[in-house]
Amino acid sequence: MPDHSSQYHIKTGTDGLELELSGHWSTRQAIPDVASLPDTLFSPPPKQLSFDCTNLQSWDSGLMIFLVNLVRICREKNIKVVQETLPEGAQKLLRLAFAVPERQGTRRTILGQPVLAKIGNITIEAHRNWNDLLRFVGETGLAIGSFLRGRARFRGSDLFYQLEAAGPSALFIVTLISTLVGMILAFVGAVQLRLFGAEIFIANLVGLGMAREMGAMMTAIIMAGRTGAAFAAQLGTMQVNEEIDAFKTMAISPVEFLVLPRLLALCITMPLLCIYADFMGILGGAIVSATMLDISFYQYFQQIQGFVPLKHFLIGIIKSGIFGVLVATAGCFRGLQCGRSASAVGYAATSAVVTSIVLIIVADALITVICQVIGV
Amino acid sequence: MEETKQLSVRNLTMAYGEVVIQKDLNFTVEKGHIFVIMGGSGCGKSTLLRHMVGLMEPARGDILVGGVDLWKCSPAERNQIISHNGVLYQSGALWSSLTLGENIALPLQEYTKLPGKQIDELVSYKLALVGLAGFEGHYPSEISGGMRKRAGLARAMALDPDILFFDEPSAGLDPISSRLLDDLILELRDSLGSTIVIVTHELASIFSVGDDSIFLDPDAKTIIASGPPKVLLETSTDPRVINFLTRSNQRPQGGTA
Repeated sequence: MPDHSSQYHIKTGTDGLELELSGHWSTRQAIPDVASLPDTLFSPPPKQLSFDCTNLQSWDSGLMIFLVNLVRICREKNIKVVQETLPEGAQKLLRLAFAVPERQGTRRTILGQPVLAKIGNITIEAHRNWNDLLRFVGETGLAIGSFLRGRARFRGSDLFYQLEAAGPSALFIVTLISTLVGMILAFVGAVQLRLFGAEIFIANLVGLGMAREMGAMMTAIIMAGRTGAAFAAQLGTMQVNEEIDAFKTMAISPVEFLVLPRLLALCITMPLLCIYADFMGILGGAIVSATMLDISFYQYFQQIQGFVPLKHFLIGIIKSGIFGVLVATAGCFRGLQCGRSASAVGYAATSAVVTSIVLIIVADALITVICQVIGV
Repeated sequence: MEETKQLSVRNLTMAYGEVVIQKDLNFTVEKGHIFVIMGGSGCGKSTLLRHMVGLMEPARGDILVGGVDLWKCSPAERNQIISHNGVLYQSGALWSSLTLGENIALPLQEYTKLPGKQIDELVSYKLALVGLAGFEGHYPSEISGGMRKRAGLARAMALDPDILFFDEPSAGLDPISSRLLDDLILELRDSLGSTIVIVTHELASIFSVGDDSIFLDPDAKTIIASGPPKVLLETSTDPRVINFLTRSNQRPQGGTA
């Protein structure tokens, strides 16, 4: 059986070395490496190097990388390569491969950074991020200013579309989550309150919890994952496609045109969703009370009416408006900050959600402290 | 070198849902030829290319690669055939989160058993062929459009394909870069012996590289002319073809373009 693997044989001729190439030199199988040539081959350097390709059955780039490396070595050592002894295609490819020499300074070596440099870079990056955020908040403030004076440039249909996407379309998930949260609150509370025979206070617990905290908080977290991420992905993709640049070169502020409708949409829908979530949560609590604690719907709602005054609902609703601003701001900011690649869009969406949730929790803590201080 | 396979299209009808784009297409791409698919914007050139590379399934008709029907064979066979194709997309379609070197190395790592060092050498060699020596570590977003196209070509050639497909290779390039790319395509055909299928409406490219061609018309919804582009320019009697090939100027009298 003839051997089809790629091989070379070194022959010493009268004018110098001759390399006999045989077999299939294909990248789809193993090919010899130039490093496997014996060191003695080039010392002392022969006058010239030629090839015998009569037994070469087929070749592709596998042969070419061998030849390119060989020619490079020969050039360094001033050995003449008789390229005419190679197949015609290989000669042309060799010429092409050496046609455009590497320009100085294009090659990059990835060096490990010392710790100090890393800390420095992170600090500079954080500073730049902070500046970007301030600029964005400032621009958004100006855009709101011109909106209040009736001079903002954006399309009403955009606002309408965003209202729909951030409102009715989110109803199902808000219903599901807030009812379940209400049920969980009631369930956890029921076990404790039963010990004291104070089952009826389950209504106070669920009502207060949903109205003041959980309604607003859960809606905000749902909207951060749902709508905030969508804002970042939309604006990020527009950044990749240079659509944001197209707005800028038309002297249309992307903040007015893109951010304002989204911000307004969330500011309007979040409090509404929050009210809806409050009631759904309370309803969830009612279901658990009725089935587990034998508290009738009437008793339950009577108790809530008596002991959960409207101000708790108002605090929750005001909070949710603030959360709406935060989620929209984080989503749009990360979207506009996005780089120009596919992975940058993914990063923008992720960081929009993370930023939103962090901001929501921090804001909630602050509002709670403020409420304590002013005594509401 | 492995024998280059030819490609033929039989009675192909392409449609998006109910909307027929082109119908009754019949042609054969000869081995080692540069085959041009031309026609005005929106006539279905790129759609035809998407059918030929196996991205879209024909509404009717067959696409034969080396005698094997691309859509009647098993998915494994189809993948085997497709892995011997190279495709250069309109804007390069380089994976933006990988460097140029990684873009070219990926198919090599997937389809060959070469050690890492030889893959690196192959990557450098392919980049040198398209005039991008030393750009291994750059990301696609850091280089110009023309360079991205050439890097896309290097990636398309990574596995020494039997058939190379080009979608609008000169779109978005300046005349000199576009000319250099044409030269490069010719050089590669001559040295690699690959079959090349090009979709373009760039007149300069059509005449400088095309061995054979078909002309698609959006109204007739089929091929209205075929043959070597230079011959078409001289002999076609169809005003639509002449208008296209002469940019609606008069046909030059007594000579070739």
